Amino acid sequence: MSVRISRRLRGLVHKEFVQIRRDPSSLAIAFLLPTLLLLLFGYGVSLDAHHVRVGVVVTQPTAETASFTSHLQHSPYFAPVALPDIQAAERAIGRREISAILWLREDFTRKLLAPGGAPIGVMLDGVDANTARIVEAYLQQTWQTWLAARAAESGAPIPGALAVTSRVWFNPAVQSRDYLVPGLIAVIMTLTGALLTALVIAREWERGTLEALMVTPVSLREIIISKLAPYFVLGMGGMAVSVAMAVWLFDVPLRGSFAVLVLAASLFMGAALGMGLLISSVARNQFVAGQIAIIVTFLPAFILSGFIFDIGSMPEPIRLFTYLVAARYFVAILQSVFLAGDVWSVILPNAAALVVMAAIFLGLARLVTRKRLD
Amino acid sequence: MAPNPETGTAAIAIEAVVKRFRERGRDVPALKALTATVQRGGVTGLIGPDGAGKTTLMRLIAGLLRPDSGRITVLGIDVRADPLAVQGTIGYMPQRFGLYEDLTVRENLDLYADLHDVDPAGRPARYAELLHMTGLGPFTARLAGKLSGGMKQKLGLACTLVRAPALLLLDEPTVGVDPVSRRELWQIIDTLTRTEGMTVLLSTAYLDEAERCRSVLLMHEGQLVGDGDPKQRTETMRGRSFHVDAEGTGRRRLQALLAAAPGVLDAVIQGSRVRIVTRPGAAATAAALLPTLPGAHLVAVPPRFEDSFIDLLSEHGAAQTKLAAPPPSVGTAKDEPDEIVVDGLTRRFGDFYAVKDVSFRVRRGEIFGLLGANGAGKSTTFRMLCGLLPPSAGTLRVAGVDLRVAAAAARARIGYMAQRFSLYGDLSVMQNLRFISAAYGLSGQRQRERIGWALEEFELAGLADATSRDLPLGYKQRLALAAALMHAPDILFLDEPTSGVDPLARREFWRRINGLAEAGVTVLVTTHFMEEAEYCDRLLIMAQGQVLAEGSSDSVKARARSATLPEPSMEDAFIALVEAAAPRGIAA
Amino acid sequence: MLARVLALIVKELLALLKDPKSRMVLIGPPLLQLVVFGYAATFDLNQVPFVVYNADRSAASRDLIAHFTGTPTFHLVATVESLALIPALIEQRKAEMALAIDARFTRDLLTGRPAPVEVIVDGRNSNTAVIALGYANQILSDYAASWAGEHGASAPSVLAVRARYNSNLESRWFIIPGIIALLAQVVTLLVVALTVAREREAGTFDQLLVTPLRPVDILLGKGIPGLLIGLAEASVILVAAVFWFGVPLRGAVAVFYLGAVVFIIAVIGIGLLISALSATQQQALLGAFLFMVPSIILSGFATPIANMPQFVQWLTLVNPLRYFLVVVRSVFLQAASLASLSTEIAAMAAIGCVSLIAATVMFRRRVY
Repeated sequence: MSVRISRRLRGLVHKEFVQIRRDPSSLAIAFLLPTLLLLLFGYGVSLDAHHVRVGVVVTQPTAETASFTSHLQHSPYFAPVALPDIQAAERAIGRREISAILWLREDFTRKLLAPGGAPIGVMLDGVDANTARIVEAYLQQTWQTWLAARAAESGAPIPGALAVTSRVWFNPAVQSRDYLVPGLIAVIMTLTGALLTALVIAREWERGTLEALMVTPVSLREIIISKLAPYFVLGMGGMAVSVAMAVWLFDVPLRGSFAVLVLAASLFMGAALGMGLLISSVARNQFVAGQIAIIVTFLPAFILSGFIFDIGSMPEPIRLFTYLVAARYFVAILQSVFLAGDVWSVILPNAAALVVMAAIFLGLARLVTRKRLD
Repeated sequence: MAPNPETGTAAIAIEAVVKRFRERGRDVPALKALTATVQRGGVTGLIGPDGAGKTTLMRLIAGLLRPDSGRITVLGIDVRADPLAVQGTIGYMPQRFGLYEDLTVRENLDLYADLHDVDPAGRPARYAELLHMTGLGPFTARLAGKLSGGMKQKLGLACTLVRAPALLLLDEPTVGVDPVSRRELWQIIDTLTRTEGMTVLLSTAYLDEAERCRSVLLMHEGQLVGDGDPKQRTETMRGRSFHVDAEGTGRRRLQALLAAAPGVLDAVIQGSRVRIVTRPGAAATAAALLPTLPGAHLVAVPPRFEDSFIDLLSEHGAAQTKLAAPPPSVGTAKDEPDEIVVDGLTRRFGDFYAVKDVSFRVRRGEIFGLLGANGAGKSTTFRMLCGLLPPSAGTLRVAGVDLRVAAAAARARIGYMAQRFSLYGDLSVMQNLRFISAAYGLSGQRQRERIGWALEEFELAGLADATSRDLPLGYKQRLALAAALMHAPDILFLDEPTSGVDPLARREFWRRINGLAEAGVTVLVTTHFMEEAEYCDRLLIMAQGQVLAEGSSDSVKARARSATLPEPSMEDAFIALVEAAAPRGIAA
Repeated sequence: MLARVLALIVKELLALLKDPKSRMVLIGPPLLQLVVFGYAATFDLNQVPFVVYNADRSAASRDLIAHFTGTPTFHLVATVESLALIPALIEQRKAEMALAIDARFTRDLLTGRPAPVEVIVDGRNSNTAVIALGYANQILSDYAASWAGEHGASAPSVLAVRARYNSNLESRWFIIPGIIALLAQVVTLLVVALTVAREREAGTFDQLLVTPLRPVDILLGKGIPGLLIGLAEASVILVAAVFWFGVPLRGAVAVFYLGAVVFIIAVIGIGLLISALSATQQQALLGAFLFMVPSIILSGFATPIANMPQFVQWLTLVNPLRYFLVVVRSVFLQAASLASLSTEIAAMAAIGCVSLIAATVMFRRRVY
């Protein structure tokens, strides 16, 4: 009996692979789209501000103001632009030519020694609030190093000065690429697992081949397995390509073990495939299947997985909703495995959540899929 | 209820089956308490127009749908209880053949052999047999998507036959397939039932195919309206079918007069004559039927299955609308100027000639037919005539205007009815008419007049606000024709205008077209219904992009006349022409 | 001719609004994205879990910790007794930040030496890390200033930071005007890109072509509904941005609409180009997707263009969304005048011209 079953299944799986080989759009979704996304994100998306153009207005240049501006000049974060007066600076910020204004007034040097200290006026372009924050942080840092340097030179005590050492663990160079690229793998696997699977099954509905398949003595279990197995392989292939690009093209460190990565990816793939099956049983044409897949799997994987936006900072209802997004567990594992290593206390609970998600989605898919047309 | 003594021997027993579908929040009944039996052995035809419920019944039998109530037993197995067991013993070919187009012929066969657990040892012999039977032997490495329609259909059949099933279900296997392939398919089916003792249930909308079945189930609107031996049914019509001709009266006028006559149930043009079926009990003399036309005389002809079907439908209340006979024609078509002139028309796609050096002329008030198998080039020719595709070479004049120079001016004089009655499905009948009339530049009073005319003439007034997607097919066809006639064009282009509609709607449609032609409108029509070719004044038969024959339907039929076939049908003539022009297998 | 084009526009709008599938495209994704982006897509941090190691145990160090716990940005989850316990807590994501106060903290403060404090952040999400670090630095310098003030001394210099246009640096003020541009693009593109393919699939396109309508009329008839729907969509979100999310609209609405019209026309050109090139809705959808994803990522919607490598920055120059984002945000927050946005509007107009001409050429070629 087991031999007989395996012949049907073998035939179906073989057919699926032949189709994948001949259909360029499946291969494009599985390999071309991931590459495109990785390139776009790897090169196009960066939250790291370097050489921020800052307008510097020095009303009365002295040795003290020069000491401060040279500090700015030497910082990798800033590209200072000297401007004659505050009006010119205001115009420049209005035209989005500079992201911030630093204004050292005529009394800067005099007040430096007076009680209350010399004010440095900073005006940020607040339109891009996120960039403004980052620029502010960089300015604070530069200002403090300037103060410390001055103190060291003069030997005079600075009341209330703090020696702040800040360290960014796992990503000391603070490269956003290092966390974006691993997170992107979850998005890419959602594409193959859910979108491609849903599209392929919807296509069989549209073309009427599923109808022909259903009238053969093949069992429902065999049909489902024959759809899961090839796209599982394809999804893992997409993951392998992404990991290779991450490590060799973008120099993202892989500090954990590859085996853990593969295991977690398999679990996530199970959940994604389950969603794909579920969608295809609801939508029997490619257009609707594609729409649903993008809305319920792709967008959440992008926005609600913690891959770009911090889940902890989202409002309560949305934060609760993210627990239903399988990608969030996978993203947590990915970021740890790539940047920190095999941190079991992160990997185990998230892997357990993935097991539950995969079981739920596959179980649901099995429940709603019928070997019938109605 | 006592058990049906025949259930034991029946291949399929259907008992009081009800099936409804929910569509846009409405319950649409597909089958209304249908009871029927299919005997073992031979071919049983499931006959009925589109929307009769044929496909639903097929799917219920195959276990793809579950009936709302009632019971279906297939080869002694209750389908509802054990669909897998049924599926293990039957073969089923869905409407689109169920082929994987990106797999080769051989890969498709292998897949279905795997799915049916065919032992690899037995495969070579079975494949050889199937490939021989279907003539697909030379094409095993070709992708199924690259096969012609006829070859796909044969491959679909071969796939369901990898393991000889006891019962074969074929859902409209001949739809969209040219007559040559249709004939070949029937030869295969005959062989199967004779040599392998297979039972075949085949659904079709072609009534002439019913005559090849051992018995038929006639369906109409989800109900069984008749069953039994088609020959017996046809026999009951004997004595009611005649050919009529009348000296000095054009055939279209004659047909219109006959259709309006109270004693006539059905009147269709056949060549230069009109074929009628009289109402039961009506006196079958020319004088009784047409008291106003002294020159007419009747010749009795053998009945056809279609006659009995029309008879049956008229009993079921599907009354035909009686159109008033059109006024006598202003002149005979022969004196009229040429409205369409085609000279040396050629269309190349790369180095493939879709149409090569085609020339013909159509006179004003003439109905001109373009016939051909799939891929013969008739659609390409038609698209060039409508200005949808520029020709590679040759001249094209429509309504005296060169299409290459002034396409927009020519289009304003052309009415066009696309395949599948392409309407904006989401728009209501009124919105469709309003848009099309405005697109043709109608506005104000004139637009209101024409819309009013269309609603009345085509009996659409009651449906003006109905969404056109939900219209029954026959009404969709009416609306499509109404839209094409909004701007009162001189020339009417019809692309497969009656595919899928039932015989009554088809007759009504042609009565309107005849009336238009009588009023001087030039009509160009493409069709694969050979019977429809009979309505045309002249025909052009195409194959492989070239003209095979041109002339009246009588003259085309005369070419196929032989000792064995003294009275060839249009289909016989078509097949003879195509086979004479090309070796078998390429034309298919 | 005008009446015919008008009839086509009416038909197009009716078909779009009556078909449940296209209604879904028009209403579903925009609403969803407004909610998701409006609430979930924020770079503002809230309740960042942090741990403290306080080796000093003095009033001064407790005061410093109070400065941290007093803001909603940080949330103290644990106080550890040993520096060695910190790595595990961060690694396991129990805390995203650690504050370590050295034993010499008070002594150094009092003697005027820089008092050692260490801030450690989890760099696995370096954006959160950098922002958290920024908040922490700010708190630390506030603390330093207030300590100096209490002890009658002051630092030689103070950083007086103000933010123009968005004084509280709310990232929602940045994101939500961006959504107007984003959704106007998504909806217009989908409406226009699918329109011809849908008619091709339904078989009505031939019907349209055999009417005396010229290709230009058909393009107009297909494009104008996109403009109307795109503008309607933009208006709805504009209203939501102002009245629901409370983003200040400081500039002239007229300037916004001028920019919107030019932008949507440019998008229509691209949509019609996709439409002319695709035979099926499937292809059109894929084409729209392939244009949309890069155009959003390379627009400055979420991350600044200035951070991108130079060659990628050049790529963004042909992206109309890039310019419209500037228009929307400047009108909202900077009360920008038409004159100051003339470069952006001219760039969009140029893209519109090129794409419309290309679409017309491709359309004529594909029709015949």
